[in-house]
Amino acid sequence: MKEERYQMAYYPELLLNELGTNEEMDNSRNPLPVSLQRKTLKLPTLPESEIVRHYTHLSQMNYGIDTGIYPLGSCTMKYNPKISEEIANWDVVTQVHPYQDDTTIQGSLQIMFELEKLLCVITGMDAFTLQPAAGAHGELLGMLIAQAYHKENGERRDEVIISDSAHGTNPASAKMAGYTVIEIPSHEGVVDLDALRSVLSSKTAAFMLTNPNTLGIFEKDILEISSEVKKAGALLYYDGANMNAIMGKARPGDMGFDIVHLNLHKTFAAPHGGGGPGAGPVGVRKDFKKFLPIPRIRRDKKYFFSYAHPKSLGKISQFYGNFPVLLKAYIYIIMNGGDGLTKITERAVHNANYMLDRLKNSSYLIPFGKKRMHEFVASAINLKREKGIRALDIAKRLMDYGFHAPTIYFPLIVNEALMIEPTETETKKSLDDYIDALIKISKEEPSIVKTAPHHTSFQRIDEVEATKNAIHNWKEIARLSVSK
Amino acid sequence: MATQNLSMPPKKNRLNNIEAFFTDIPKKILLKKFDIPKGISEMETKNKLKHILKKNIPFDEAPSFLGGSVKPHYVPAVVKAIVNRSEFFTSYTPYQPEFSQGILHVLFEYQSMIAELTGMDTINISTYDSATALGEAALMSSRITKKNRFIIPANISWEKKTVLRNYVNNLGMEIQELRYQDDGLVDISELNTKDVAGVYIENPNFFGIFDTRLDEIRETTENTILIVGINPLGLALMRPPNEYGADIIIGEGQGLGNHLNLGGSLLGIFGCKKNHVRMMPGKIVGATHDKNGKRAYCMTLQTREQHIRREKATSNICSNEALCAVGATVYLALLGGLGLQELAITNMERANHLAALLKKYGFSFPFKKQFFNDFVAISPINSKKLNDALLKRKFQGGLILKNWFPELGESFLFGVTEMHSIELINGFAEEIHEILQTIEKT
Repeated sequence: MKEERYQMAYYPELLLNELGTNEEMDNSRNPLPVSLQRKTLKLPTLPESEIVRHYTHLSQMNYGIDTGIYPLGSCTMKYNPKISEEIANWDVVTQVHPYQDDTTIQGSLQIMFELEKLLCVITGMDAFTLQPAAGAHGELLGMLIAQAYHKENGERRDEVIISDSAHGTNPASAKMAGYTVIEIPSHEGVVDLDALRSVLSSKTAAFMLTNPNTLGIFEKDILEISSEVKKAGALLYYDGANMNAIMGKARPGDMGFDIVHLNLHKTFAAPHGGGGPGAGPVGVRKDFKKFLPIPRIRRDKKYFFSYAHPKSLGKISQFYGNFPVLLKAYIYIIMNGGDGLTKITERAVHNANYMLDRLKNSSYLIPFGKKRMHEFVASAINLKREKGIRALDIAKRLMDYGFHAPTIYFPLIVNEALMIEPTETETKKSLDDYIDALIKISKEEPSIVKTAPHHTSFQRIDEVEATKNAIHNWKEIARLSVSK
Repeated sequence: MATQNLSMPPKKNRLNNIEAFFTDIPKKILLKKFDIPKGISEMETKNKLKHILKKNIPFDEAPSFLGGSVKPHYVPAVVKAIVNRSEFFTSYTPYQPEFSQGILHVLFEYQSMIAELTGMDTINISTYDSATALGEAALMSSRITKKNRFIIPANISWEKKTVLRNYVNNLGMEIQELRYQDDGLVDISELNTKDVAGVYIENPNFFGIFDTRLDEIRETTENTILIVGINPLGLALMRPPNEYGADIIIGEGQGLGNHLNLGGSLLGIFGCKKNHVRMMPGKIVGATHDKNGKRAYCMTLQTREQHIRREKATSNICSNEALCAVGATVYLALLGGLGLQELAITNMERANHLAALLKKYGFSFPFKKQFFNDFVAISPINSKKLNDALLKRKFQGGLILKNWFPELGESFLFGVTEMHSIELINGFAEEIHEILQTIEKT
């Protein structure tokens, strides 16, 4: 069993300021007047070799998709092709300034121009902007576009409807754009049409939806949903976090969505970078095109940035978007092609259903029927009742088998939720090993599971103490008691 | 062979036929034709990208002297080697700390070093860039004070202004601009902070000038939230903003070990004093223990965040620029305090060297104050004409300011760093001299 083999690396690594020395500040050559000079700067000095060892040790205490399966639901942790990293490190990519003359960035402009077109084809939208730096950033832009659209039509609509299974960023983004959030309960894991009808009104600006939803269920009433939303004069917003389930099979544009964001660091295989940079391009129907951020990218013999768009919202990012992430998505799309992307979707959906099928007769409960797209949610409620094992304990215990945990306690509508998205890049063996571990954990002694992990660099970490201590930098570390 | 073109598993392992998975999609919208060209091999992909990207002209081929928040800086090999370790860059946001101690530890060091530079207590692990950081700071000041008026200098970049407006416009906040004085510094003499949520100032400012009125700034903003826009490199020489009353700091961290990348993958620095931490946007790493008493790190104060608090969260931010923060950490570790100070002095000296040459060749300088690695200079000829002529001679000139500051005439914002050697600066100035002479003759 893998459990016996797996042991994460551990180094008793100190903080940099404990490893290096602080040299006295020397202001003799400081050109500023003495009254403006800083008196101390405690950034430690270490030899290069020690710095490399320090960060190499730390990297070995970090688990990435290159280490193993990372099936976080709605996060689409797929393998990131190495060729994209290689190209993104070329000087023609890295050494280019955002204010350079358009004629000297024709390569980057061409890639962005073509990527916008490719994303239009993939989603069925009419125009894209690549400017948002992350999914939530795209959502915010999408909601600002909704505001601009209704305002132009002389309408005051200040409510945005969101399903109770929606990603947390949806309500947060709607709120940042000035909307009141109306949450509707789902029914049997999907949008409750009656509940939706009952809140749709002349005050509704938009309905934000992800399809398939966070349970991995395709909203099969999508055409009715979109017609109801339209009837109310509201817009339909597509959260593209789950695009890996439908690429090449169906398009948000054809479902009736007006505004769409994609997460290029999910579906399009750009790495997550330990939390970013990502990219959250936004696509719109043609009626909304005029609101997109400037500059737009145009072609007239040469490619150029175009700023003369009086209805544009201006900017949502300082420059044009996270170019290396855009580049990686472009590489992924042209390398796989339409045929490859469709196969990726099929394989991703297959893998999720394969895992779900293997969990059917286990202690894990699968709420809301058995058919899923690219991800599914299992509940550990039975294990909690019978053995006191919570979703959190299972997540921690999985690490002892060398696997990353699923997303836990989300969506909020499932108790003790384990949200699993394997992606297409896991082999059958990898899926089998993961399910074997889940089933084995369900039969293990609760005392082992509840105290897990045991084979990681660190054992269970006390997050409550972190909140209580509020130690956020090394100057404050003295307040941390040496050992409990 | 395309790496991602994985075939389906053998038939016997399939649950159903593939189409059965997609029957919930209404027939009417099932995609009939996916209009994306067929896939190509890795080798063909690389060749195609080489062909496209060779149309870009990188710094080495046409060095630029463009000023502003993003600048060319040397990225040491060690930084690249660490940032390119896939244990870091292929990991997700560290929600399971036992599996992610590596990046949590690095990000805690990042927070610590930026805290040391700025004098703030808590630094988040990043916002998207300095423009969105300003938007978040304005919203935060309003949350703290429950007031809606936000004051900015007229002389900040137009990108920051437009992004700021998009962040606050729909939340009933009002932006008020303060004019700048003849010396290029923002005019705070008439500043009235009654009913003001926050005041934003930059030091050094967009024109590159150091603000010397530290006591005055502290006194006039005492009753409101003071947000200081910093340049992390400038802070190696300059007094940290906590010493003149800053509650929040923001800044652009791209220069700390991150490439230009056409202005993408920037690093929005965001920090505050401890008393405001619960109003702060973004992710924070805190120190704690594991079960066996070993010092460990985890994300903390998550009840401020969208995945828990939903519409009541302090921000919608989730994915951020964590890997750029990792780069900045390794960079600061390599330079240390003395190295950073040395680098800052070099930047300042080089900028002054270029300014002196331009003065000799007929440029005028509207502001007489001491500047850091950006400065404003007014060209004796049309600024666009000069930049076009420079481009023919394989140089990118300065940033033309005319669109945003027409009152400054044919002005440029020049940016100079350690990437601009003395020879390079001399060569650049020589080209400008020649261009000016040629035009004079005709």
